[in-house]
Amino acid sequence: MHRHPVVSRRTVLGGLGAAAVTGLAAQPAQAKDLVIGFIYVGPKDDYGYNQAHAEAAAMLKKMPGVKIVEEEKVPETDDVSKTMESMIKLDGATLLFPTSFGYFDPYMLKMAAKYKDIQFRHCGGLWQKDKHPMNTGSYFGYIGMGQYLNGIAAAHATKSKKLGFIAAKPIPQVLINVNSFALGARSVDPTITTTVIFTGEWSMPVKEAEASNSLADQGIDVITCHVDGPKVIMETAERRGIFACGYHANQAKLAPKGYLTGAEWNWITVYKQFLADEQGNKPLPNFVRGGLAENFIKMSPYGPGLNDAGRKNVDSVKAEIMKGGFAVFKGPLKDNKGNTVIAAGKAFPETAVELESQNYLVEGVNGAIA
Amino acid sequence: MSEATAIAATPAVRQVGGDRTYKWRHLLEALLAPLIALLAAVALFSVFLLTLGQSPADFLDLVWRGAFGSWFSLQNTLQRAAPLLLTALCVALPGQLGLVIIGGEAAVVLGGLAATVVALPLIHTNPLLVWTVMAIAGAAMGGAWIGLTGYLRARLGVNETIASLVLAYIGMAIFNHLVEGIFRDPASLNKPSTYGIGDDNMLGTVPWLDVHPGIPVGVLACVLCWVLIYRTGIGFAGRVTGGNIRAAQLQGLPVARLIILASALGGACAGLAGTIEVAAELGRANASLAAGYGYTGILIAFLARFNPLAIMPMAVLLGGLGAAGGLLQRRMGLPDATVQVLQGMIFVSILASDTLYGRIRWFQPRGDT
Repeated sequence: MHRHPVVSRRTVLGGLGAAAVTGLAAQPAQAKDLVIGFIYVGPKDDYGYNQAHAEAAAMLKKMPGVKIVEEEKVPETDDVSKTMESMIKLDGATLLFPTSFGYFDPYMLKMAAKYKDIQFRHCGGLWQKDKHPMNTGSYFGYIGMGQYLNGIAAAHATKSKKLGFIAAKPIPQVLINVNSFALGARSVDPTITTTVIFTGEWSMPVKEAEASNSLADQGIDVITCHVDGPKVIMETAERRGIFACGYHANQAKLAPKGYLTGAEWNWITVYKQFLADEQGNKPLPNFVRGGLAENFIKMSPYGPGLNDAGRKNVDSVKAEIMKGGFAVFKGPLKDNKGNTVIAAGKAFPETAVELESQNYLVEGVNGAIA
Repeated sequence: MSEATAIAATPAVRQVGGDRTYKWRHLLEALLAPLIALLAAVALFSVFLLTLGQSPADFLDLVWRGAFGSWFSLQNTLQRAAPLLLTALCVALPGQLGLVIIGGEAAVVLGGLAATVVALPLIHTNPLLVWTVMAIAGAAMGGAWIGLTGYLRARLGVNETIASLVLAYIGMAIFNHLVEGIFRDPASLNKPSTYGIGDDNMLGTVPWLDVHPGIPVGVLACVLCWVLIYRTGIGFAGRVTGGNIRAAQLQGLPVARLIILASALGGACAGLAGTIEVAAELGRANASLAAGYGYTGILIAFLARFNPLAIMPMAVLLGGLGAAGGLLQRRMGLPDATVQVLQGMIFVSILASDTLYGRIRWFQPRGDT
């Protein structure tokens, strides 16, 4: 936010200083090593969103010519600007992956304007060619398909025909997952309902545990979620003797009996690609997206709770998805208030931009957005 | 502890006969006690590090480099300290009256939201006007919110600690409801936010420093509060209330009004912190406002024994630990919680050091009084 006349002069001075400092700081890390910074909003071992990134970072760490610096629990405030700047100035990082959604605007954009030689790639899909600088970019995966497969698995495991979904906030990204899960289940048995509970926060283990218990009390026998760290949800489900489908990372360890399968990120695909481009002196892509077919996401191995019919069903739909063009959202589709949200004859594959402003819960979902 | 605090922190009040150096010895005592406590905490933490197989020397070196060792690090520290100055006042001002108010976080977010909302119709006018209106609205909102806790305490006898904490949860819920509801910019799809106040209305940085105006505002607020507490009649009345509320009532002091006033002033400081976050950093109100400044402020106010001048070094200390935390993770592979462990040890040992006051004879008044 520099706009005073006096600032522009200082920015120039600061830039010179930064260049000098970067030159010095880069030396301890072998001159040829590429220093990559990873920034996480939560703990690296949250069995969820952050762990999915940290696992990929750990794989990257083993590759030659790379030095990884990581920082966890960095809030979406000016703190993250300082973390980025600190990685650039004190560690000599030249490629940064700020992985949380809220890091993008204004923090990463501000840093990208200040450090034009540094590459920033943000997880979230917000980058737009006409709006954002070329040393920034975004990458994201279509994980809704994974939740659709979760839904199919859940439909084969449920006896009560009632499923549960614990969600953080009623925003499009989350709604796509809730709706995909419900539609996956209904593709197997249209009488199945999905009850959704919004906790209001990305990470609030107490509420998540309460929600899990309350869903189990209602006779719901399979739950899944979209919160940053699904740990407590999986553990509660296991304790209550119900099934669970994972999200973000593999949580089978937390629920050895009840874990059916899960929708996982497979970020190493993306990071390897960026690394290869950077080491080959090729320009890094600015906008990267992919789904199951592109290996950006993957499914957890099946748990003991999923029967053979369920496994076959998930496998066959997955094969269908891998062919490309598969649409979960197709008309005629009604929301849970009875309004038609997608007209007959229309179909939106996972890449459709129309889905990115989704603001409804589909028929068969119990719950409300506002 | 409030009684001890109020008395120990008021060197000027006690006039002791012929003992001319008492005033200075007393000040020295007030400086040495926390310093020794700090060293004790670091020593304790070093043992903790050694059991983890890490080198305390490396640790201290990294804390120094990450927090103060370079121009960049120092600015990083100051920037982090800025909101903490104001949120610590939200605890320290009522603290002088013997109240423990821990709900500053809600005053920060609601103050920030109020400031944003009133700024929106004015964004095409003059930035100075926008900032003035924002500051008034933010401070008023924060003041009203914590003032409510003060009112509940003074008029209805509700425990202010519980009331402020519960009101903080309610405040956060109201904030989320409004930001995700009527004040939401429909374009903010995946991170619900209000409309922005516009780049033209953003506060710049302080000339020659890469820190926003939160630092000068916070320092000014600390100094003004110190003057209010230690150099005015109303401040004196407040301290008497904190020392012994029955005695204050017996003296005919307007105790209830003092409690409400101190709470409201503290809340206004926290509301101002939220306003500055919006005007200097975020440009809009969203969940990033709830970054825990209100809670860290509690820690700082206690470390500073509710003295507004002492808040400044303590805020810098905690800001510095925050700034160094990242470097510690990256260089030593320590988890983020390490810094919290150190913070906890500092907190406990400084609170324990309260018992040192008055124990060492050399610091005590001497001569024939």
